[in-house]
Amino acid sequence: MSAIKVTGLNLHYGKRHILREISVAVEAGEFVVIIGPNGTGKTSLLKALAGLVRVSGEIEILDRPLAGYKRRELAASVAVVPQQVPIEFPFTVADTVLMGRSPHLGLLTVESANDYRIARQAMEFTEISHLAERRLDELSGGERQRVIIARAICQQPRLILLDEPTASLDPAHQVRIMDLMERLRREQGVTVVMVSHDLNLAAMYGDRLLLMDKGCIIQDGSPRQVLTAGLLDKTYGCRMIIEESETLEVVRAFPVPDRFLLS
Amino acid sequence: MIESQRIPRRLAVVVSTLGGLLVLAFLLGISLGSSELGFGEVFRAFKGELDPESVAAAIIWQIRFPRVALAAIVGGTLALGGLVFQALLRNSLAEPYILGVSGGSAIGAIIAMLLGFSPFPGVALASFGGSMLVLLLVLGLAAGRSFVRRDSLLLGGVMMNALCGAVIMFLISLTRNTQVHHILFWLMGDLSMFSRGQLPMLLSILPCFAVIYILARPMNLLLMGRENAAVMGVNVKVVTNILLVATTFMVSIAVCNSGLIGFVGLVIPHILRLMVGSDHRLLVPASILGGASYLILCDLLARSLPAGGEMPVGIVTALIGAPLFIFLLWRSSR
Repeated sequence: MSAIKVTGLNLHYGKRHILREISVAVEAGEFVVIIGPNGTGKTSLLKALAGLVRVSGEIEILDRPLAGYKRRELAASVAVVPQQVPIEFPFTVADTVLMGRSPHLGLLTVESANDYRIARQAMEFTEISHLAERRLDELSGGERQRVIIARAICQQPRLILLDEPTASLDPAHQVRIMDLMERLRREQGVTVVMVSHDLNLAAMYGDRLLLMDKGCIIQDGSPRQVLTAGLLDKTYGCRMIIEESETLEVVRAFPVPDRFLLS
Repeated sequence: MIESQRIPRRLAVVVSTLGGLLVLAFLLGISLGSSELGFGEVFRAFKGELDPESVAAAIIWQIRFPRVALAAIVGGTLALGGLVFQALLRNSLAEPYILGVSGGSAIGAIIAMLLGFSPFPGVALASFGGSMLVLLLVLGLAAGRSFVRRDSLLLGGVMMNALCGAVIMFLISLTRNTQVHHILFWLMGDLSMFSRGQLPMLLSILPCFAVIYILARPMNLLLMGRENAAVMGVNVKVVTNILLVATTFMVSIAVCNSGLIGFVGLVIPHILRLMVGSDHRLLVPASILGGASYLILCDLLARSLPAGGEMPVGIVTALIGAPLFIFLLWRSSR
């Protein structure tokens, strides 16, 4: 089964051409990480897949045209974890996670015992059960991110889209979030598509990387195929070193500071 | 760990507590006044045991009851209006009066009155038109500048309010009508003029309450931002438009009947959020009941504070609400 099938996708904001002729397919159960420099359309692609922006071209989600979904139907199979959630009106952690059930409920239906059970499981899965009655604005960045992921899990999606879920988190929290996604994929077969700036996290967790530049996908393949010195140098416009990490059996990529280039 | 079924249980607690408060406020509003009536007499009047020809019955049924009932429905409407605007604009300082919506509605109503339209549907529709126009202008002013959105929204509203005030005074100065004193008093927020003819108009507010309650869960999701709400299954455009129209409609009906009463929609949702949290499935009924009780009590103050006669209730709500607004603005800008 295919999770995502995109053909000839174009997106314009006014005169700016944000996404150009994107075609890509993602199989169910894949872990895909979208990488690329700032402003190349990674977030826009994610928004297009979530049906949040008007695009030209064809998008199929779970073997059905995206345009044919009603908002609620889509939310019942696709969950989105945005970069930021506003906290001006703070809900408790439990209430926020329970909101994930709304695509499965009628307007006046009250959450059933089953909905609460699913929410509790999502909170256990993301290890936030002890925070249930705390308010969102009292949490740290890492805790808040796990609450939003729990909300997404509570939607019981087949596909989960994440926009830089590890940005602004310390290394321990980054790995924790990524491990959660990996478990979700392994245990429940959920397809994970994530935008990330962290090439090393991308290489450690993604079985497939999409490298974007100027609105196009310029390379698509395994971490070893995508993270190559020449390609990354050109795309990011800085010297990159690619190394094999023997302990972790992954490829690692990092930029070279100026002072090493001069000597 | 979270227990199941907490919303219905909490809803029962909130509704019974605030419902009790409303009953109490209602009884106080009917029994207190220039001629004091005991609770006993009020109870007997409700049980139909009071002589319908007596002075007490006349005071209760002709004067006090309509006035208190009007205060209740207007108070509930304004508080709920504030709650909805705050959720839609994600700005806890938004409120029909502050946004200029009430002012626009007053302009529409005054123009229709001066043209001699009937109160319903003529004046009501004109007032709805005026308030929709101002709302769209204010939203248009604030759109597209997301980083200053919060402040430009309030500023736009305050400026529209000033403009509306000027237009209203201009309209009044053009007329050599004996209505002028009446209109001026009405503008300050006045609950004393109620006739049975207003009843169908006021009843048209009730469906708005129902519509807003049905959309309580989408409103919760909207607090998380438009995109967040959309990806959790809310049809943002449809829900926003329904809520804006229903809210603007009921607020303009309230303005037609009671004039400009400000800050109820700021004070009540603010207090209730501290008490019951951010869930609109609780906040919507709580705001209706709380706003109703609050305006009855404010009106009681407006009737009893001045040594002779009474003052417009809008003065009382502004004296309480404006300082709270200033305090909240000061706290949020620190």
